[in-house]
Amino acid sequence: MRINITSVFVDDQAKALAFYTEKLGFIKKTDVPAGDARWLTVVSPANPDGVELLLEPDGHPAAGPFKSALVADGIPFTQFAVDDVYAEVERLKGLGVEFTQEATDLGPVVTAVFDDTCGNLIQLAAMK
Amino acid sequence: MDANPDLFRAIGDATRRTILDELTDKDGQTLFEICGRLTMKHGLASSRQAISQHLAVLEQAGLVHTRRQGRYKFHHIDTGPLRSIVERWPINREEPNP
Repeated sequence: MRINITSVFVDDQAKALAFYTEKLGFIKKTDVPAGDARWLTVVSPANPDGVELLLEPDGHPAAGPFKSALVADGIPFTQFAVDDVYAEVERLKGLGVEFTQEATDLGPVVTAVFDDTCGNLIQLAAMK
Repeated sequence: MDANPDLFRAIGDATRRTILDELTDKDGQTLFEICGRLTMKHGLASSRQAISQHLAVLEQAGLVHTRRQGRYKFHHIDTGPLRSIVERWPINREEPNP
């Protein structure tokens, strides 16, 4: 068994695709109609055959309260790895991305947390 | 009688003092960031709920204020209440004789 897809709940798939590709730098992998939504995944250009991130519509009534409760406490449900958190924070801030936690040295790891504009906080991490 | 017994109770706990240290290091943190700093930097294994309760005690004493910004909630330190301690027991500004 292997992990091939992980998901984020997004409030608008088109907006999410723009953010995850234009700001974060991921590449669209699969985009097929699925009912009234799309099966829409992105991958990292560093690993195009690796784990796909599914941009899942958050229409289920439980998704909204779940997301907003996490965001209120600053909790990122999803994490992405980068080589240099400080540099990535500067790059994303230059693109207008909003952070709830600046790059923070926590000993074995440096982390930061940003708002994906689709209702989620995302953690950036680099192991030292 | 103490004017503010909550103040002395609040700073009488090591975890709460560490929370104040970390808010002094960087003011304005989410609950998540505070929990991360306590776990990763200080090896404190308190649950998120326990940290939330510590923050409530600090807020009750006026040492922490929360601010909602958009959909996030940030915690800020306020050292103002500590002034009542040095006013009650003034600090001699002269260095003590060796």
